[in-house]
Amino acid sequence: MTNNKKPTVVWFQAITCNGNTHSLLSANSSRLELFLNSFDLIYHPSLTIDKSLNEILESKDEIDFLLVEGAISKNSDFFTISDETTNVLLNKLTSKAKYLVAVGSCASYGGVHAKFEQNDNVVGLEESLDKKSTKNLKHEIINLTGCPVHPEWIIQTLFTLNNFGKMAIDEEGRPKELYSTLAHHGCTRNEYFEWKIEGAWGEKEGCLFYDQGCRGPMTHSSCNKILWNDVNSKTRAGMPCIGCTETDFPRDNMLETKKNIGIPFEVPTGISKRAYLSITGVAKTFTIDRLNKKLMD
Amino acid sequence: MENSLKLFSQKGFYNTTIPDIAKSMKMSVGNMYNYFSSKEELAKYAIKYSTNILASQLREINHMEISSKEKIFLFAKMYFENVKNSPEVIEYFLRVYLSNREVFKQGCEGFLCVGEFVTEVMLLLDEGAQNKEFRDQEFFPAFSMIMGSLGGFAFLSGEAVLDKDIMEYSDAIADNIYRALKYDE
Repeated sequence: MTNNKKPTVVWFQAITCNGNTHSLLSANSSRLELFLNSFDLIYHPSLTIDKSLNEILESKDEIDFLLVEGAISKNSDFFTISDETTNVLLNKLTSKAKYLVAVGSCASYGGVHAKFEQNDNVVGLEESLDKKSTKNLKHEIINLTGCPVHPEWIIQTLFTLNNFGKMAIDEEGRPKELYSTLAHHGCTRNEYFEWKIEGAWGEKEGCLFYDQGCRGPMTHSSCNKILWNDVNSKTRAGMPCIGCTETDFPRDNMLETKKNIGIPFEVPTGISKRAYLSITGVAKTFTIDRLNKKLMD
Repeated sequence: MENSLKLFSQKGFYNTTIPDIAKSMKMSVGNMYNYFSSKEELAKYAIKYSTNILASQLREINHMEISSKEKIFLFAKMYFENVKNSPEVIEYFLRVYLSNREVFKQGCEGFLCVGEFVTEVMLLLDEGAQNKEFRDQEFFPAFSMIMGSLGGFAFLSGEAVLDKDIMEYSDAIADNIYRALKYDE
């Protein structure tokens, strides 16, 4: 006997730019179709749905997957939905949910909104929840960091949780299968990185680490392996990685490499500065004709 | 290795032969070739050897918990002690490595054979700039401010034109270097 009832998904939007919703809707069409055929998306404020948020809150039905986009605040002077703060609504929804997934960096730890100086009470899900609201959760909060998060990561997380009931997460609450490698892995510019050849914004050639602020070698993300729209990534298109999956995002001056006397302030994850400077000093010595030319004339 | 550094520095790269070096090392010429396939290979090994001595000394200074200013003073002292006590180490760099670039063109390109030492200078400068003891500037002007002063002074010492013992100039040279690098308020 099979249970044909599809797991329910509620997508709650708090303080957000809507970027993660756009991301989901930009998913590969067959994957989005598979998601909609496999799950019952009963509420999303940007999509046509049958139920209102109040109906969801008043219903006795459990929510299988609560997905939250945006940061949370207790301060009603700055942001409310139907006269309730996002903090109150989040706690009410969470008490009905089995799985709680923070979709994007704002939901994970406040993101760009946490930098808003006029309201010092903008945080991510973890800091917003009362203990009693979380007692029905079957899993720790999953943080899908990213600005925005890759649509495939959302879909993959939901399928994994639905099929296996759990997934391994790192110390930031991010699924290991999606965040254990660096954005550097799969970057098509790795050869330029190895030989220390700098590139320029928007060009196919050159590494964007030395001057353009690329954070690929220190950012946990699979966006160069699971490509956007199946074809591209920021670094492949010529934009430096801005480290949007890390908790220090957004940083100041994200498109420049902070240096002291020409020496990068931060070096790639897992290598000492002494060793890094030693190998880069040597690598810079070599002039490899092929890498100093245009890939296509 | 010190013997070969001395011979190369005193007689010049081209006037020094493998038999000369073998003789100074009390070794047969045939045995020398077991270690180095040519005079050029020996010369390349010698530059790594001599700069690695300086690199390990500067590394020790870099690991000390003192200000970058004090590190500059210690580094100048250490460098001049080498000039005084092991002149072949510095002389080899100044008189062989810098004067016979064609010998080092393949296999010692750029920083390949002096990388460990350059790395330590980078770390010294990087830390000073991070602590706001040194002002931010491009690497090579800062690097040449240090090494140009020290190397130039070692050259004067080698030419025996200094009035006093080289160690007596150490603090004055270090002070010049520090003033040139120091952070502008």
